[in-house]
Amino acid sequence: MPLLELEGVEARYGAIRALHGVSLTLEEGEVVAILGANGAGKTTTLRAVSGLVRRRGEIRFAGRSLLRDAPEAIARRGIAHVPEGRGIFDELTVWENLRMGAYVRISRRELKSEAERVFGYFAWMRERSGQQAGTLSGGEQQMLSLARALVSRPRLLMLDEPSLGLAPTVTQELFRVVKQLNAEEKLSVLVVEQNAEIALEAANRAYVLEVGRVAVEGSSDELRRHEGVRKSYLGY
Amino acid sequence: MQQVVSGLASGAIYASLALALVLIFRSTHVVNFAQGEMAMFTTYIAWELMHRGMSYWPAFALTLVIAFAGGVAVERVLIRPVEQASPIAIVIVTIGLLIAINGLAGWIWGADVKAFPSPFPNKAYDVAGVAVSSEDIGVFAVCVGTVVLLWAFFNFTTLGLAMRAVAINPVASRLMGVRVGWMLALGWGLAAVLGAIAGMMTAPSVFLDPTMMLTVLIYAFAAAVLGGINSPVGAVVGGLLLGVIVNLLGRYVDILGSELRLPSALFVLLVVLLIRPQGLFGHVVVRRV
Amino acid sequence: MRTPAPFTVVKLLLVGAVAALVAILPRFLGEFRLSQFTYVAIYFIALLGLNILSGYNGQISLGHGAFVAVGAYTTAILSLGRPGLEALTLAPPDWLPLGDGMRSVLTIPIAGLVAGLAGYLFGFPALRLAGVSLALATFAVAVSLPSVAKRFEDVTGGGGGLILSLPITPFGLDVSTPHWLYYEAWVTAAVLFAAAWLLLRGRAGRALRALRDGEVAAASSGVSPAAYKTFAFGLSSAYAGVAGALLAINVSYVNPDAFPVTLSILFLASVVLGGLSSLTGALLGAFVMEFLPIYAQNPPLVSELSKQAPAVTFGIILVVMMFFAPSGLAGLLRRFGGLLLPGSNR
Repeated sequence: MPLLELEGVEARYGAIRALHGVSLTLEEGEVVAILGANGAGKTTTLRAVSGLVRRRGEIRFAGRSLLRDAPEAIARRGIAHVPEGRGIFDELTVWENLRMGAYVRISRRELKSEAERVFGYFAWMRERSGQQAGTLSGGEQQMLSLARALVSRPRLLMLDEPSLGLAPTVTQELFRVVKQLNAEEKLSVLVVEQNAEIALEAANRAYVLEVGRVAVEGSSDELRRHEGVRKSYLGY
Repeated sequence: MQQVVSGLASGAIYASLALALVLIFRSTHVVNFAQGEMAMFTTYIAWELMHRGMSYWPAFALTLVIAFAGGVAVERVLIRPVEQASPIAIVIVTIGLLIAINGLAGWIWGADVKAFPSPFPNKAYDVAGVAVSSEDIGVFAVCVGTVVLLWAFFNFTTLGLAMRAVAINPVASRLMGVRVGWMLALGWGLAAVLGAIAGMMTAPSVFLDPTMMLTVLIYAFAAAVLGGINSPVGAVVGGLLLGVIVNLLGRYVDILGSELRLPSALFVLLVVLLIRPQGLFGHVVVRRV
Repeated sequence: MRTPAPFTVVKLLLVGAVAALVAILPRFLGEFRLSQFTYVAIYFIALLGLNILSGYNGQISLGHGAFVAVGAYTTAILSLGRPGLEALTLAPPDWLPLGDGMRSVLTIPIAGLVAGLAGYLFGFPALRLAGVSLALATFAVAVSLPSVAKRFEDVTGGGGGLILSLPITPFGLDVSTPHWLYYEAWVTAAVLFAAAWLLLRGRAGRALRALRDGEVAAASSGVSPAAYKTFAFGLSSAYAGVAGALLAINVSYVNPDAFPVTLSILFLASVVLGGLSSLTGALLGAFVMEFLPIYAQNPPLVSELSKQAPAVTFGIILVVMMFFAPSGLAGLLRRFGGLLLPGSNR
């Protein structure tokens, strides 16, 4: 049974249809990438899973439908969504942001050990846990957003455009952590990226969205060899 | 000096109500014009409880519980349906509430003023040559104590943290598993509690009547704007400052007399706003288009 | 020259029908009802002004009543003149150009100008405020005005107010005084309605609406926010001043407590209830103000027990309207009109 399964998912913002029947699966322990141009529906797909947008079709997580659940209930089920633009609480401190990550699923006592685990990946956060999050650099904010998601010990991590606006070295660092998490903790990851190259390197499999539909799907190697994908998204 | 002390007592009342306004504004982005009337109404409830034989402090506590429930109910029933509507629609809903509550209070309890007991003994102390009434001390202690409790709640509890997070970024809060709707309702409940305290502290000195909180509400607005409408610290400082300023203005600037106290305070406010539109402690809210 | 759209013709016909109705109405009404309709005209004028500011220009004002008061006091003081004020045992300062008492009808435009100027000047500090702060600042004006009037009692009569001589039909016209007051108010209302209509249809109206819908966009297409927003304040206050003048003439008495902050709140509530950005809405709002009598008969909100029911009802209606018909009565009317005249709307 796949961990996450989307079947013919449609979503709309008011009168505008953003998804026209997206189907995809993600097995436990997999890293899956969603690629595509601006406006293809990548972000909407994640928002549909999280319940942030009205959707139809079927979305199952660990065999149970998510369609009737509100975002807060979906978070409780163990899906951590790192939204586009990071969504950190800029007036709160780094530590308070992490506490918010542990708002559900984690008791106050467990928070300490979870935070230690996260500090293992991002050592700088330990000393700067009292700093106001809004004063962090863009890359640091992205890492904080990821760390905040990890504190809740999610079953599925969803990353929305983590590389957006970051220097290439920072992006590489971020994906290195994601790969490490997947290798060491068997964390399942669904990542939306415009930077196809770096996403395919981290992912086992990928889907390419075009105007709200899955246009191509396959393993990372298959997609790298796929002529259309190569031309449109990899640029060679 | 004596004016400063009694100014601090009334300032503490303004600060409580101003804090109530700020609490709601930060989370719901609504200025609750009915805040004063809600406070007035709960004070009537306290009066009714005492009238039926309850002693002061139990009635005080029960009133706070009722106020909290009322505030939550108002948010759930009246504000939630217009949350996504234009700002003017929300302002009008709170104004409708103001009119309705005012009318309801007059309907139930009549327009005659009622004496409201003070829980503090009627004594004056001599502190370093300044005569300080125990009433002033009591009012100040209750209001400031409430503010400190609230501050602790927001800073040291997970629920308080979640409420702050919701005010900053509601969508991200939902992704953290926070029930945003209930946090907003909780904010309205706490604001109503603050209002109830302000009302019960005001009533002994001005007598209880349906228009009693109108002036206090205006001072509270002024205090909130002075301090910065999105800054809780600003609301408290603004309230205390305003209390002192108003008292000193009324006492020492002869030409103003007692009639022009309110306008002159508002004038001060207007000047502050022109120099610093975001208030003393506020920050500029960037509207996302 | 383009031919007017058919819908404009329908509108013109409707306006004509309403005007005819207003003209013949006094034949069927007793004196009391007649005066009620006179007040409708006065509120209509005030609400037209508020609608220009809050509806078309999007600046929320909780201080409209203050400018009504400015107009009312202007008329009262000018029509009494220095001798009149001295007869009331007041001692106005010598430097004030008060005159020797004017015919009240002539003070109406002056009241409009004075209130308009006051509003225009207030518009400048208001430029730096928007939304909530603006609502609060205008609220402050409304709250302050009664105390200011009380303070300068040498001219305003303080808390006791000013008593005007009872209105009479001027120019030797052969109509009864209530009829004269009725026509005076409605003719003024008609003129101001036409002025508002013409203004809002044209360039200025487009500029005001553009500013409401997006200041940055409007400014970048050449509309000066400062000029138009202060203009809106001035114009809206001038309307308020005229309404105040008529109010003073009709009541023949002004005092600070006739203009409590609740009056300003009611103005805003009525204009929203009638329908924002709709001139018809202003008329409907005026009917609400007069015939849901929570201000008209009992100036302060609170009076006797039984009189509280309208206030509660009014508050509830206001809330319910915001839930189900945020465009007000005029919006409802338009919706039903649209059903009757398919294709006429949009």
